[in-house]
Amino acid sequence: MDVSRRGFLKISGVALAASGFGISLKPVSAYAQPLKIRYTKETTTICPYCAVGCSIIVSTRNGKVVNTEGDPDSPINRGSLCTKGGSIYQMAVNKNRLGKPLYRAPYATEWKEVTWEWALDRIAENVKKSRDKSFKFKNDMGLVVNRTEGIASVGSAAMDNEECFLYQKFLRGLGLVYIEHQARL
Amino acid sequence: MTNHWNDFQNSDVILIMGCNPASNHPISFKWITKAMENGGKLICVDPRFTQSAAKAHLYAPLRSGTDIALLGGMIKYILDNNLIQKEYVLNYTNASFLINPALKLPGDNKGIFSGLKDGKYDKATWAYQTDAAGVIKKDATLQNPHCVFQLLKRHYSRYTPEVVSRVTGTPKDKLLNVYKTYAATGKPDKAGNILYAMGWTQHTVGAQNIRTMTIVQLLLGNMGIAGGGVQALRGESNVQGSTDYGLLFHILPGYIATPTASLATLKEYNEKVTTKTKEANSLNWMKNLPKYSASYLRSVYGMNATLDEAYSYLPKGDDGANYSWLVLFDEMYKEKFTGFFAWGMNPACSGAHSNKVRQALGKLDWMVNVNLFDNETGSFWRGPGMDPKKVKTEVFMLPCASSVEKEGSITNSGRLMQWRYKAINPVGEAMPDAEIMTELYYKVRELYEKYGGPLKEALTKLTWNYGPKRADGTIRFVDPHAVAKEINGFFVEDAKVEDPAKKGEFREFKKGDPVPAFAWLQDDGSTSSGCWVYCGSYGAVNMAARRGTKDPSGIGLYPEWAWSWPVNRRIIYNGASVDMNGKPWDPKRPVILWDGAKWTGDVPDGVGNPGSGRPPFIMKPDGVGSLFGPGLADGPIPEHYEPLECPVEKNLLSPQKNSPVLRRFDKKGVGSELDEIASCDPRFPFICSTYRVSEHWQTGVLTRWCPWLVEMQPGMFVEMSLELAKERNIANGEKVIVKSARGELEATAVVTARFKPFDIDGTLIHEVGIPWHFGWITSADRKYGPNDKKPEVFTTGDSANLLTPTIGDANSMIPESKAFMVNVVKKGVK
Repeated sequence: MDVSRRGFLKISGVALAASGFGISLKPVSAYAQPLKIRYTKETTTICPYCAVGCSIIVSTRNGKVVNTEGDPDSPINRGSLCTKGGSIYQMAVNKNRLGKPLYRAPYATEWKEVTWEWALDRIAENVKKSRDKSFKFKNDMGLVVNRTEGIASVGSAAMDNEECFLYQKFLRGLGLVYIEHQARL
Repeated sequence: MTNHWNDFQNSDVILIMGCNPASNHPISFKWITKAMENGGKLICVDPRFTQSAAKAHLYAPLRSGTDIALLGGMIKYILDNNLIQKEYVLNYTNASFLINPALKLPGDNKGIFSGLKDGKYDKATWAYQTDAAGVIKKDATLQNPHCVFQLLKRHYSRYTPEVVSRVTGTPKDKLLNVYKTYAATGKPDKAGNILYAMGWTQHTVGAQNIRTMTIVQLLLGNMGIAGGGVQALRGESNVQGSTDYGLLFHILPGYIATPTASLATLKEYNEKVTTKTKEANSLNWMKNLPKYSASYLRSVYGMNATLDEAYSYLPKGDDGANYSWLVLFDEMYKEKFTGFFAWGMNPACSGAHSNKVRQALGKLDWMVNVNLFDNETGSFWRGPGMDPKKVKTEVFMLPCASSVEKEGSITNSGRLMQWRYKAINPVGEAMPDAEIMTELYYKVRELYEKYGGPLKEALTKLTWNYGPKRADGTIRFVDPHAVAKEINGFFVEDAKVEDPAKKGEFREFKKGDPVPAFAWLQDDGSTSSGCWVYCGSYGAVNMAARRGTKDPSGIGLYPEWAWSWPVNRRIIYNGASVDMNGKPWDPKRPVILWDGAKWTGDVPDGVGNPGSGRPPFIMKPDGVGSLFGPGLADGPIPEHYEPLECPVEKNLLSPQKNSPVLRRFDKKGVGSELDEIASCDPRFPFICSTYRVSEHWQTGVLTRWCPWLVEMQPGMFVEMSLELAKERNIANGEKVIVKSARGELEATAVVTARFKPFDIDGTLIHEVGIPWHFGWITSADRKYGPNDKKPEVFTTGDSANLLTPTIGDANSMIPESKAFMVNVVKKGVK
């Protein structure tokens, strides 16, 4: 049966009237609320969780995320999302996100907020010290190895391709051989 | 994945084994369901009756760690009943290849292959027989006792349904039903598909688990076709990409091997790692490797160094040395490192034997941890059992931007590279990872330029042209498009290049022009490309950002939606989807079609013109699929070995209980005093396996801070059978302690009918399961300082990896987290 929406309302109205269970049929005023994505800017993203690669529409207003939902154009998810994908709004709008570099000195019992400038200067000094101390030109067999033995890195499958490329470039430029990440788990 | 998510709809039979997509890749089920609506059959094999099992036509339980026994039985069933796709096997696999007659199989050699010496195989007896010209000897009748096909038959003759059932605990009737249903896809016009994930990789025989299924797929002619293939369902949004980009000790971007000490020059390196063949018709694609290594070196150092200099700057490991995860943390525990980056990772929860990992972090001088939220790694020094006043490590926790706060691409499990846009600015002072790396790189470079240091050129000469520049030559910000273009590759000088597809025709390129596809890359340093498999992804347009939804193939290829590597091919090995004359094996679902002049459909893979005689697996030197794999560390044919920690005294298939080539950290002088193993130990009588739930992701490092998700899955639990709960007097919902030889954790008992005890050769064996998403940082019972972030909804419990052992797969060194031994007792009961 092909019932138009208007037709369906009529039929159900009749059914209700005939049911006689004392339901008030007085007109109910419905307040049409404006859609929460009205006047928003839409951008698409890909879910950061598993590797199905579902597309998500992110709606923002005045620089704030107001809604996230499945992207119906994606041939992969066709608008559907799972529980995690459906929750990325909370990853973006979350008061517990880290917003400042934190530092914990040796033997300290607490974090301390520091500036980026200070943190990066201090890390760079550490990197240089560790690299200089552990850099090996040749191995025990006398073969050239040009590697930094005293620093290791893990990460990350959560980064973008472009970031992964830059990261391995930086690490190999430093001379690291202990380079690993989630793919080994 | 050889195929892609949409392609699941084309399968006649799907085998879910070693994964649980209904829970962990929920949207993939859209396409599994479509296959079922089309009449396809769904099989699920798992120790637990998972959400995927609940949707399956056929569920068969198996004991964790016995997949090779079950699948070896399937190979025997296929061979005994002659269900192979004969033409495919004969022409597209190494079934006919003759092997050294000195090879001994485990069935005739006490459970091991010939060549074992000091815990390592000498593979001389695993080699192919060759004639005087070096061409592999073959027997097209497949009758020669030394041909791969006959060896396979002999090897798996021991894997009878009776023996397999005693090993796996799978009832014999279910076993046979699985075999019969799946083997029916050996018909040329039927497609069988296998989905797996960590349930296969996280075993000491992980690589061989996958090899066993690959053998099944090759025997049934299921590789390269629509609805076929072997699918690794990846668990991180960009773990495909991060692997493609070589964030691993053994590979550079594009799966080219990292150089080792004995390869002093680029020439020696190319000579060693470039594959060679004497097979007349084989294309041997990786003969092109020198083009990719040269282009990679250019992308790292540009014109700041010659190719030879650039090669010498690359760090080199010792020959044969392993620098993988378990070794890394073992070395860290032994104080090898002073510095450590945990960038976008939470190893204090994700690393096997997390207690050891957490102790190891305390032996560093400094650590940098980059993440969105506070986590167990960055805050390890104030975790359970730690006294901050005694922990020397200097720690930096740097806040990075989330995926909606920056622009760039990620690559899904189906090798599909999709672009993401920036929706908002990062929270607070958080920065995209690329910006943090760049700022740090500049700081370190400045120090080296100012004060010098060993081989400083390796660092100072890196090219970093990724955005608009300041007066001093540094960039103001990272433009991800500029990085993507460098990855794609460009000509570093004007060049006139012969068309790789049309001999004698030349094309001119200007300096800076994008390289159209990797076939155009050069070995002389005239091209730069950061990762050759991505060459073609960013030319005049950013292919990853495409949103076309047309599907002219009708089989769900969607060639204009984003871009997949290589060369936008959606189904790799698709040259094997047609017969030797170029006709599709399955005319209903052709992947590629010859229109008389050219191939149409998907981008053809490995296939010449019809009748060319070229074998289709062009990434293999000999051009065919490897039923016999002489390159593996633990045997050329998969053999069942028990997990290192297991409940059975004996391997029922041979006298060799565990894989003979494992790196045993529990042996004196190898690992540390923490690396205890307890096999067949009455203190730890139950098998335990880790798994995931829909509501959390990985260690929960993001999801445990999202209240909606935590409300749905609030904490650590242990799932067990009704029988075990009764035996231990544990009620559903009670607090229990789960304990292994390495650690213990508190969990809520979830008593279900989803686990059933196994009948293993007449003995009742229990298995339990624990999710691995939890950690102490989001729990209520830790101390929160006034400035600490505090979750709106707390979680309970700590990481499942407190219990897992330090033992890895013989090939990949992926830790065995899917089979180890534990005890479960009611909290408060001794």
